[in-house]
Amino acid sequence: MSTSVGTAPQPTQKWKRGPLESVLPVAVMFTAMACFMLPLWYLFVASSKNRGDLTTTPGLWFSHFQLGTNVSDTVNRDGGIFWRWLLNSVLYAGVGAAIGTVIAAMAGYALAKYEFRGREATFNTILAGVLVPATALALPLFLIFAAVGLTNTYWSVLLPSLVSPFGVYLSRIYASASVPDALIEAARLDGVGEFRIFLMMATALMKPALVTIFLFQFVVIWNNFFLPLIMLVDRKLFPMTLGLYSWNSQTQQDPTLATAVLTGALLSVVPIIAAFLMLQRYWRGGLGAGGVKG
Amino acid sequence: MSLDTTESGSNHASGPSGRPARSENPSRRAERRAIVGLLSPFAILFLLFYIVPICYAFVRSFFVTTRKGAFGPAEDAWGGLSNYGQALKDPALIASVGRVLLFGFIQVPAMLVIALTFALLLDSRSARFKRFFRLTYFVPYAVPVVIGAIVWGFLFTPGLGPVADLIPIDFLGNTWVLWSIAIIVTWTYAGYNMLIMYSNLQAIDQDIYEAARIDGANAWQTALRIKIPLIRDSVILTGVFSIIGTLQLFAEPQVLRSISTSISSTYTPNLLAFTAASGNAYNYAAAVSFLLAMATAVLSFVFLRLTQRWENS
Repeated sequence: MSTSVGTAPQPTQKWKRGPLESVLPVAVMFTAMACFMLPLWYLFVASSKNRGDLTTTPGLWFSHFQLGTNVSDTVNRDGGIFWRWLLNSVLYAGVGAAIGTVIAAMAGYALAKYEFRGREATFNTILAGVLVPATALALPLFLIFAAVGLTNTYWSVLLPSLVSPFGVYLSRIYASASVPDALIEAARLDGVGEFRIFLMMATALMKPALVTIFLFQFVVIWNNFFLPLIMLVDRKLFPMTLGLYSWNSQTQQDPTLATAVLTGALLSVVPIIAAFLMLQRYWRGGLGAGGVKG
Repeated sequence: MSLDTTESGSNHASGPSGRPARSENPSRRAERRAIVGLLSPFAILFLLFYIVPICYAFVRSFFVTTRKGAFGPAEDAWGGLSNYGQALKDPALIASVGRVLLFGFIQVPAMLVIALTFALLLDSRSARFKRFFRLTYFVPYAVPVVIGAIVWGFLFTPGLGPVADLIPIDFLGNTWVLWSIAIIVTWTYAGYNMLIMYSNLQAIDQDIYEAARIDGANAWQTALRIKIPLIRDSVILTGVFSIIGTLQLFAEPQVLRSISTSISSTYTPNLLAFTAASGNAYNYAAAVSFLLAMATAVLSFVFLRLTQRWENS
């Protein structure tokens, strides 16, 4: 037995692998994991405490566990405005990303599969849009929306969110990679119209890419803070980020809000983390494309 | 003779003019219609919500607001470059630009080194639990920036947060608050950047490593001499995104402002523009935003040029 254990390591392995070399990386990675998880662990623990315990007991361990009470307090606060914010976020991000993905896919496909004059110039202009700071757009957008009376409406956040230059960029890469020219040519010879080729064939071939584009845009809109902060006054229109921000800025005056902010943050973070983990293979696809082609 | 005719005959048949004639005009027209139809929804929205606002900000930045008397109605008048002149002399703006540059000088390389280190560790042969670690590093990116900043704000508050209680540093004070923001930004994006680099590492042909191993390269040399040069493009890409993000810094300081008196209303250029706009100084805010966008473009360009030189050497 002891001899078989001794000969077990791969014979081709030429690197000396002392205990240091195999234990150290795992130890480092484990420490890093603890650092990355610390705020989320704290968020979970803090959301389960009553207001007194929050300040008097150690932050990283539980005392009287009352997450249920905190959750019901949070969602019922201010006439249940929390649900409204959650719903708004789902609406802004869901509708914005869905429509945005469709139009980005159309544009990316057109840029990948048709030759026309000014194609590269068009693409480069859109690509330059990726570099434009979102905050540099938000201020002039506010002035324009104010001039047409659209500030403080759903439209003021939803409409600008539809445009995703990065989505067009990804869609063009995917369309050139996954939709063969021969297939398009064959369909044309069979008399299939251009739009039907896109709708019936290209979208089917690009489906994994479309999910990736949708996810990227969903998260960007879900995280958006500057645009709603500038556009919205009526808290019934707030997305989750802005709502929790508004509670958070009042905690100095009303300390009871601290628990609501923490519990609300936990509630808003859990579904999106779950979605992230379930859909993570689509993320890697998009990030890989960004890395290779960038 | 007969040979000649057959040859010329076959030549004809296989020549380009002998192909089944495709009616060029209707199909070209259909194609053009498709291009317009597919591109225009995005193009129109891009025009409305990207091009027009940028042009509008550009135009507004040349106007100044004047009032007739202290309480008279505000009027916009052509001011030439006066907003830009004011911006370049504004001590608050200069201080805020200096602050984000200092921040970027330290935070961006630090974050990219962390991201690269963990990408290489995850990619190394001795790594264990790869999937698990990869996911946990990426999770902070799923947390909205505002929410992340709120939670870190609690962590940094003495008497409330364990970080402030464990490390005797005034995280929200004048000296450290900029680096507290750096911790938040690094926490949010290190895993995201790591995943970009890691995806690229995974795409490399594994045979290269085998060849390196036969040549006697150890793990450290393989990482330094082979892996890093091969994923150069991803490292550059994450660098550009990080520079853009640094100059735009807004949400984290804005959130921490409610618990830290060390963050002024002009702490970063974006915060300054926001404050100016809130005070109805739109034209000045437009000039600042425009300068910021230009600075972002220039810095990204310089960074790309510098890294290209690295690429060539």
